Amino acid sequence: MKTLWNSYRYLILRRVTQIGLLILYFGANAWGWTLIKGNLSSSLILGIVPMSDPYAVLQMVAAGATLATDILIGALVATLFYFLIGGRAFCSWVCPINLVTDFAAFVRELIGMNKLTGVKQPASRKLRYWVLVLSLVISAIMGVTAFEFISPISMVHRGIVFGIGFGWAAVLIIFLFDLFVLKHGWCGHICPLGGFYSLLGKFSLIRVTHLEENCTLCMKCKVVCPENQVLHMIGKESLPVLSGECTNCARCIEVCDDDALEFSIKSMAQKKEMGE
Amino acid sequence: MKKQALTDRRKFILNMARGVGLATIGGFVWSAFIDEATASQLTLRPPGAIKEEDFLKTCIKCGLCVEACPYDTLMLASPGENKPLGTPFFVPRETPCYMCPDIPCVPVCPTGALDESSVTTKEVLDINSADMGLAVIDHDSCIAFWGIQCDACYRACPILGEAISIEYQKNERTGKHAFMKPVVHADACTGCGMCEHACVTEKAAIQILPRALAQGKAGDYYIKGWDKEDEKRLVNAHEIKSTTEISKQKPTDKLNGDLLEDLYE
Repeated sequence: MKTLWNSYRYLILRRVTQIGLLILYFGANAWGWTLIKGNLSSSLILGIVPMSDPYAVLQMVAAGATLATDILIGALVATLFYFLIGGRAFCSWVCPINLVTDFAAFVRELIGMNKLTGVKQPASRKLRYWVLVLSLVISAIMGVTAFEFISPISMVHRGIVFGIGFGWAAVLIIFLFDLFVLKHGWCGHICPLGGFYSLLGKFSLIRVTHLEENCTLCMKCKVVCPENQVLHMIGKESLPVLSGECTNCARCIEVCDDDALEFSIKSMAQKKEMGE
Repeated sequence: MKKQALTDRRKFILNMARGVGLATIGGFVWSAFIDEATASQLTLRPPGAIKEEDFLKTCIKCGLCVEACPYDTLMLASPGENKPLGTPFFVPRETPCYMCPDIPCVPVCPTGALDESSVTTKEVLDINSADMGLAVIDHDSCIAFWGIQCDACYRACPILGEAISIEYQKNERTGKHAFMKPVVHADACTGCGMCEHACVTEKAAIQILPRALAQGKAGDYYIKGWDKEDEKRLVNAHEIKSTTEISKQKPTDKLNGDLLEDLYE
């Protein structure tokens, strides 16, 4: 049965997670909640478990900082966590900028911006890996964490928890950029944190898998996917999405009317593939 | 000229060249921004903060110190405040550091940007050993220096009598009153800013500045010969010999030689 819940269940869950986390972080600062303190750069869960942004820690290493044990453990915890649930699950389930860019993509489609600019995108999705390398080079040369001083992600998240100042301008810039300059511009092309999690996600366990025998080639999944280059196998062969650039947002699963896409564990998916 | 399709090899080289070119543009713009954004010298850090240069690379901007502060003294720099973005700071005129004996902001730091050992004396946390800045008095606007009796900063100081003392001096203008001038002692001052917060003038006449900004440095050439501690700096001292064209000659050659003759000619 096709219900509203069925076609939006993951989207709703993602929004609940994203906004819920923001509320928890905000409550920690405003009312002293102890479930999860800090912010997305580094958190303390239940007052015991540290969890830190591994990309920020990588920049610290590049900058030549002497690292304390807590931050290393924190980075390790986050790395393991996203290794399990999918590298870029951070992007679609946690990152507050995702709310902005998803909205920009929605408006872009709504006002017909995509028809104006056509299919040809003026930038490569590989850009983010260049930015990633560049951030580490600048960190090493300047001796500061280069991306952390311009990151709209931490700027906005910190802003929501601790006071935003002019940080709303960063949100507006990204919104307008995604709306008028480049489709899926920030998250899909530029963001080095997304690039970092893409590399990490190559190895992660939870995957979207395509079942070719169910596919009717409606291509709804490719239309809705923010990283649709990862869905190259649609209608061709039954394969799991192996690219780390997939954000595990599961929009493709919920728009599919034919049960041709589902979540699976990586090793099982690969075994299935080999069995055929 | 004949139009030719690019070979794969050429395409690859051109694409790489474009990537490197764009990365260079981006890299310089990015670096310039970072350089400006981290240049603020007037930022007062939480207790136990390591050297500013190291602090900027070590602080992960998580705000756990801010959340631990019971007085809401600490804030994270947001865009528009002209401070290194996301790093913790405080403005003593608004809310000073109240010097909690258990220093809750320091042990929570995951990265060691706030260094517990720097505020620990004999294995016990000791806020009096904190060094957030140094109180500096503007003699022109401090009304105690005018001869009006005010000891607000002296009374507000949490290490009363040590970081700020009152110096008495005869007021020659009236002939019968005394100046009671506050004097800051740099070795004891923690830079908590309770003095600045308490100061009664419109804009505080006593203000906390980061030590790097407030203090000078005598350098290796000057040693307090009467101070046993300072004399120790001589232990590792070594001679520096510098030779220039002039110093190859004897001083007397220069003094009484050609110059004098030149004069008489």
